[in-house]
Amino acid sequence: MPEASRHAQLLPPMTEQQPILSLEHASKAFGAIHALEDVSIHLHGGEVQGLVGENGAGKSTLVKILAGVHLPDRGRLVVDGRETVLSGPSAARASGIAIIYQEPVQFPDLSVAENIFVGRQPLRSGRRVDRGAMNAEAARIFERLGVPLDPARIARGLSIAEQQIVEIAKALSLDAKVIVMDEPTAALSAVEVQRLFRVVETLRADGAAVLFISHRLEEVFGLCQRVTVLRDGRYVMSRETAGLTAEDLVRAMVGRELEEHVPQEQAIGQAVLRVERLTREGVFVDVSFEVRAGEIVALAGLVGAGRSEVACAIFGIDRFDAGSVTVNGNALRRSSPTRAMAAGLAFVPEDRRQQGLVMDMSIARNITLASLGGLRRVGLIRRAAERRFARDWALRLQVKYGRLTQPMTSLSGGNQQKVVLAKWLARRPSVLIVDEPTRGIDVATKAEVHRLLEELAGEGVAVLVVSSELPEVLRLANRILVMREGRLVAEFAHAEASEETIVAAATGQLEVAAA
Amino acid sequence: MTVTAEPRAGSPAAGVAGDARRLVDLVFRVREFGIVAVLALLVLVTASIEPRFLHLTNIQFILVDTTVFALLALGETMVVLTRNVDLSIGSVLGLSAFLSADLFGHHPGIPIPLVFLAGLGIGLACGVAIGFLTVVGQVPSLVVTLAALYVIRGIDVLVVGGGQVVASSLPNAFIEIPKKTLLGIPILAVIVAVVVAAGAYYLRSFRSGRELYAIGSNPDAARLAGIPSGRRVFGAFLVSGAVAGIAGVLYAARYGTIDSTAGSGYELQVIAAVVVGGVAIFGGSGSVVGAAFGALLLQTILSALYVLGVSPFWNQAIAGALLLGAIALDRGISLKLASMLRKRRTHLGA
Repeated sequence: MPEASRHAQLLPPMTEQQPILSLEHASKAFGAIHALEDVSIHLHGGEVQGLVGENGAGKSTLVKILAGVHLPDRGRLVVDGRETVLSGPSAARASGIAIIYQEPVQFPDLSVAENIFVGRQPLRSGRRVDRGAMNAEAARIFERLGVPLDPARIARGLSIAEQQIVEIAKALSLDAKVIVMDEPTAALSAVEVQRLFRVVETLRADGAAVLFISHRLEEVFGLCQRVTVLRDGRYVMSRETAGLTAEDLVRAMVGRELEEHVPQEQAIGQAVLRVERLTREGVFVDVSFEVRAGEIVALAGLVGAGRSEVACAIFGIDRFDAGSVTVNGNALRRSSPTRAMAAGLAFVPEDRRQQGLVMDMSIARNITLASLGGLRRVGLIRRAAERRFARDWALRLQVKYGRLTQPMTSLSGGNQQKVVLAKWLARRPSVLIVDEPTRGIDVATKAEVHRLLEELAGEGVAVLVVSSELPEVLRLANRILVMREGRLVAEFAHAEASEETIVAAATGQLEVAAA
Repeated sequence: MTVTAEPRAGSPAAGVAGDARRLVDLVFRVREFGIVAVLALLVLVTASIEPRFLHLTNIQFILVDTTVFALLALGETMVVLTRNVDLSIGSVLGLSAFLSADLFGHHPGIPIPLVFLAGLGIGLACGVAIGFLTVVGQVPSLVVTLAALYVIRGIDVLVVGGGQVVASSLPNAFIEIPKKTLLGIPILAVIVAVVVAAGAYYLRSFRSGRELYAIGSNPDAARLAGIPSGRRVFGAFLVSGAVAGIAGVLYAARYGTIDSTAGSGYELQVIAAVVVGGVAIFGGSGSVVGAAFGALLLQTILSALYVLGVSPFWNQAIAGALLLGAIALDRGISLKLASMLRKRRTHLGA
C-alpha cells in the first residue's frame, strides 16, 4: 500500500472523551464454532474507525451484534454511557445505531423518499402521509450529503452506490450517532468510493462515530483515524492509523507475512477470444478487443460503464444487437450460454450468491453442476463419480470445507468463490471470464485467487477479468482495457498503466483512442 | 391512480431526468389507462355490431354483476400486494351467501342490515382463521387458502346439503337491492365505487397502506425496517374475508337462488381481474382502482360475448386468453420500464 495515499487527518482529542458505543468482552458462538471471543471495541464521536480482518475473523458477527440481529452470549454493550441490550433491529435503531450494508435491502417498488421514511413517514391531518414534507426532507438530506438524488423516483434501478446513499440518508433521518458500514466500497467504482468518503467525512465532522469495514487497506488508511484488527474471532489490536504501515496491518490480520507479488511474464499465444464491434442498444457500443492464450486482460471502468454487460453478452446471457464474438475462430451465436460453454467459454459472474451458485445445494453438486455431462452413464449421474470429481477439484483449489455434502451457505465468501471457480475450471475452458473475482474476499484468499488466475494463464487459458479494484487490475493484467459509458476508451499495457491513468480514462479526463 | 411512482415535481434533482421521469410515470399510469382503452374499444366494437349492447338495462346488469367482483378484487388486491394470495374467497362467498339468505327462512322479518352483518361476520371469521394460519403458523398463504377453499366449500356442502335457497323465500326488499338505481346507475355500483375509491386512498395515503406495498416489495427489508408485517398481512386477509362475506350477501340478493356451488371458481376470476388490472402478482405495486377496472372489463367481455351470441362455451377460453394477454403486456411494460430506469440512473460516479 502506498504511503502517499494516506491522508494526514486532525484527530479530535479522544483520550479523555467517553466513547459513544463500547462493546466489551463480547463472545458469540454458533454451535461449536466461536465466531467471536472476548472482543472489545470502542467507538468515539467524530472518529472513523476501521475494522479489518480476513473473512471468518468475526467482522460480520460483530456487525450483526451491533445491528441487533444477534445477541452476544457474553459481554456487555454500553451506548451513551448506559448498558444496553439490543433485542432486535428496532432496538438497535432506537439506540442510534445504523448499519449500512454492502448491498442494502430496499423496497424497489417504493419511492426513494419512502425507502428512507418507511414506517415513519411524516404525517399531516387525519394521520395521512405527507408526501410533500417527506420528499422535501429527503431532498434536504441529499443536499447535505451533496448527492443529487431525486426523492420522488422509485428505487428500482438505483445503482448500489446510490442505494448506499439512500441508506445513509435513512441513518441521518434517524439521527443515528453510530454508523456501521459493512464493506460499503466492495461494489463501488473508484469515483463512487471518493464520493462515499466525502459523505463519511461529513458524518464524522457532524460528530457521528463511524465503523468502517473494508478489505482495501488503502481505504482504511485514507479514511480512518483508528483501526481495529480481528483474527479468528479474536481481538488482535486497536491502534491509530498514523503510526501504522500496510505491512503491519496485514501481518496483524493474517498472523504472518504475505509474500510480495512479482508479476510474471507469460508466454502469450494466439488470439482465442475475439470480440468485434459488439453493440447492445443503450448499454454498450462498438466494443472490440481480443484476448490471447496465456494472457490476462482486465476490463476496468466505473460501475455502470457497461463492463459486466459486455461480459454477459459475450457469454450469451444477454443478447447483443450487433457485432460478433469468436472463440478459437468459431463465431458464437447470440444469447446461448450453452453454445458459449461448448465453444470453451467459462464465466464466473459478479454476484456469486445469486448468479454463481445454488446456495441451498451441496458443495459437491455446485462443483459438478457445469460438468454433469461427463459424469453420466446411460443418462444417470453416477454418485460415486460425482463425489470423486468434486473432491478432486475442491482439493485442487484448496477449498476449506467441512463435508462436501454441506450446503454452500456453510462456506465463507472466499471459499464460495473458489467453488464457483472450481465449477468452471473443471470444464477446462480455453477462455475464462471473471467478473469481480475477489469482491468481499479476504486478503489471503484474494492472493490465492490471483495466483490461480495467473497459473491458468500460464497454462494457456485466455483470461478476461472485470474488476473495480484498481490494485487488482494493475497486479493481474497484461493489458488493461478501460470502459466509460458503454464505450472502450483506452487500452494500456501493464507497464504503462497506473491508478491515475486508469481513473483519468474511466472518468473521461483523458481521451485515448481504443486500439 | 398508481401508487408506486409519485409524479411530484418541484424536487431539486428534477432537471434533465424530468422528461424521462414523466415518460416513465405516464407508462405507469397507462397500466390503468390501457384497461380503460381496451374497455372503450370493446364497448364500441360490440355496440356497432349489436346496438342492444348499449341498452340501459344491459349496462345496469353489467355494473351490478361487476360490484360483486370489484368488491372481491378489492380484498384480493390488498392480499396480493403483500406477496400473498387468497384462494378462499369463492368458497367464503358461497358460504356467506347461503347462510345469510337462509336467515330469512329461519327468522322471517329479520332486518336486512342484520343479514349483511351476518355475512360480514362469516367473512371475518374465515379471514381470521386464514390470517392466523398464515401469519402465526407461517404456512404459505397459497397452501392455507387452497386448503380453506376446499374446507369452507365442504362446510358449505354439509350445511346446504342437496337443497337450495330460492328467490321466493327471500323478502322483496332484499331482492330489490340490486335493482335500485340513482339517475339510472345502480346504487350498488355507486356504493362499491365509493368503497374502492376509499380503499385506493387508504393504500396511497396511510402508513399502514404504504406498508402493504413495502411488505410485498421486499418482505425481508420490511421486517428489518420494523414494519409489523404479521399484523399487516393478517389485516389484509381480514379485509379480504370481510369483503367476500359482504359480497356473498350481495350475490344472494342478485341471484336469489343459492345452492352449494355458489361462487365456485370466483377466486380465479378475481385474481384474473386483479392481474389484468395491473396489480403485480408478486406484490409491491398496483392499485385497487386498476383491479376494479379489471373486474369491470371481465364482466363486460362476458356480457359482450353473450350479446354477440357467442357460445358460452367460449367464455372461459376467452377470459383465459385475455389474462395471458394482460400478463404479457405487463411483463413487456416492466421490461421496458427497467431499461428506461437503467438509462435514467444518475451515475454518482459519472
